[in-house]
Amino acid sequence: MSYHMSIDVERCKGCGLCIAVCPQHVLELSEEVNPLGYFPVFQARPDDCNHCALCCMMCPDVAITITEVVDDTSAQA
Amino acid sequence: MPKTFKKPEALSDQKTHYCPGCTHGVIHRLVAEVIDELGVRGRTVGIAPVGCAVLAYNYFTFDFLEAAHGRAPAMATGIKRVRPDLIVFTYQGDGDLASIGMGEIIHAANRGEKFTTIFVNNAVYGMTGGQMAPTTMPHQRTTTSPFGRDVADVGMPVKMAELLSALQTPGYITRQTVIKPKHIVRAKKAIKQAFTYQLEGKCFSLVEVVSTCPVNWGMTPLDAIKWTEETLLPYYQLGDVKTPEN
Amino acid sequence: MGKVLMKGNEAIGEAAIRAGCLNYFAYPITPQSEVAEYLSKRMKEVGGLFLQGESEVAVSYMLFGAAACGERVFTTSSSPGISLMSEGISYISGAQLPVVFVNIVRGGPGLGGILPSQGDYLQATKGGGHGDYKLLVMAPASVQEAVEMVMTAFPLAEKYRNPVMIIGDGLIGQMMEPVEFPDHLKSEPTNKDEWAANGMDTRKSDTPNIVKTLHLDPKILNELNLTLKAKYERMKQEEVRYEPYNIDSDYQVLIVSYGTMSRVCRTAVDDLKESGFEVGMIRPKTLFPFPEKAVREAAGKASCKVVISIELSMGQMVEDVERSVLGQRPVEWYGMCGGDIPTPEEVMDAVKSLV
Repeated sequence: MSYHMSIDVERCKGCGLCIAVCPQHVLELSEEVNPLGYFPVFQARPDDCNHCALCCMMCPDVAITITEVVDDTSAQA
Repeated sequence: MPKTFKKPEALSDQKTHYCPGCTHGVIHRLVAEVIDELGVRGRTVGIAPVGCAVLAYNYFTFDFLEAAHGRAPAMATGIKRVRPDLIVFTYQGDGDLASIGMGEIIHAANRGEKFTTIFVNNAVYGMTGGQMAPTTMPHQRTTTSPFGRDVADVGMPVKMAELLSALQTPGYITRQTVIKPKHIVRAKKAIKQAFTYQLEGKCFSLVEVVSTCPVNWGMTPLDAIKWTEETLLPYYQLGDVKTPEN
Repeated sequence: MGKVLMKGNEAIGEAAIRAGCLNYFAYPITPQSEVAEYLSKRMKEVGGLFLQGESEVAVSYMLFGAAACGERVFTTSSSPGISLMSEGISYISGAQLPVVFVNIVRGGPGLGGILPSQGDYLQATKGGGHGDYKLLVMAPASVQEAVEMVMTAFPLAEKYRNPVMIIGDGLIGQMMEPVEFPDHLKSEPTNKDEWAANGMDTRKSDTPNIVKTLHLDPKILNELNLTLKAKYERMKQEEVRYEPYNIDSDYQVLIVSYGTMSRVCRTAVDDLKESGFEVGMIRPKTLFPFPEKAVREAAGKASCKVVISIELSMGQMVEDVERSVLGQRPVEWYGMCGGDIPTPEEVMDAVKSLV
């Protein structure tokens, strides 16, 4: 069982609340502006993410979601 | 620890108009999560206030009314009295509830109306442009208290949760905040308790949520969190102020 | 049920129940508090709802909430109370909700007095609150007519999705008259699932209904106002009600008068007729829409020299009468509004002085 964290760049307003609560220091603000005119957050160190979901909980814009990734190695074989 | 996280069904896909770092979005999400968990989306009617949350109906996926300034508790009374089976909540800010709507909220609470109020207190008028609210802190500068709130002139900030708790009618009155994940967990629990009391037909319920307004406070979102912790929370103390049992 | 002797205010309350309205929110105010007193008992008997709100302002939004979820609802009040409700009436109009208001008018301005008056004519017909809205306004001249108008008001409010106001001077509420109640209304509000915020499960839908008045897009707000205007125009076509009196005679003077005042005028018309002085009268039963055509045609009669608006107000209806007469004849005014009602003799003197 693995998990995938995704950030909806178009919803993010770059407030940085998620960055402050991330215990693993995974997140940083991007230097590229999004369509809303904000600098959205991105996973600078994705491998450090342990999917604790504190960032999701703190985000006022529901821009961060974590989904379960179905392990399909058997299908590949 | 939670591993997955998704938008609740009761919340719409629409992007909010709230400023970056404004915690309205968090509170909206908590309400939506509670409505999902209680399975009452199909019989819920929300009431939007006048203030920043005036467009709240765009962000939920159930029926909504939009009130006049401060009158949401009267509207909620109207709905709940003629359709007690509906789950009704008002979502109000401090200018709306504690100033122009002071009369409506007190009497609804005193009648023990069986609806829920989410009261977002960020110590300032948001939508109209950062004017002084009844909940503005002493010395806090706003666009109508440019030298800071002078309590000798306009009195002390109103503690709505305590004021409403003085009523003799049983009710559930609690104060929460959403500035950190631990607070968010507690705030959600309180919101769920409030809606549960309503579902049980038990009492009026109000969750005051001490919230931020980075733009009108003139702070970054993170500084606003810090200011809330250092300035608002010592005055607006967190926790249940009244439960129907006491 | 045959004829019963009943006070106007109580008859109004009973009529609402017979119109299928079992939800009543109100705040006490003289001279209409008997409606609330009557319904506080009667609603219990019929399984309806009575709630005394904390103010007229709050009551107006309780009505909004109840109507917004598709339930029949009404209130009664008197002039200062209607002023307070005017805020809510504007919102109710903007949200296009069917609500029935009864205003048992007392003298003003301010606290004024508690005796009969028609001083709220302009407030009722031109909109007492903010924005471009109109109420459908009916004015009874007897307790029987008040009952009939209340029972008509609910289907009309629902037909137009617009508030309806019944405006009776204090006498209509306070006097006792024999009254016969029509059968219970069978009709129910229709199409409410299209707009009412009654819970998606109620209408087996997954699309939320939003009841609101804020429209920040100027084009959409303009559209809404055009929709409202179209409703008011339709009312003008379909809902005008009036009673002509002695209109077949060769009258020299045409009286326009409504409510209790029109009953005094009627006596004056009869007495003048006996002395050979013919006077015609148009009694508007709807104040909005105003019976413009009826007044215009009656004023245009060759024998008619002058038109007079006789009111328990300082000429508030004169504008509507002038607008209807279109300059064909001079339009005069007679009335008083301290709480006394002119006697037939005083009306006769006022009429005779015109020619």
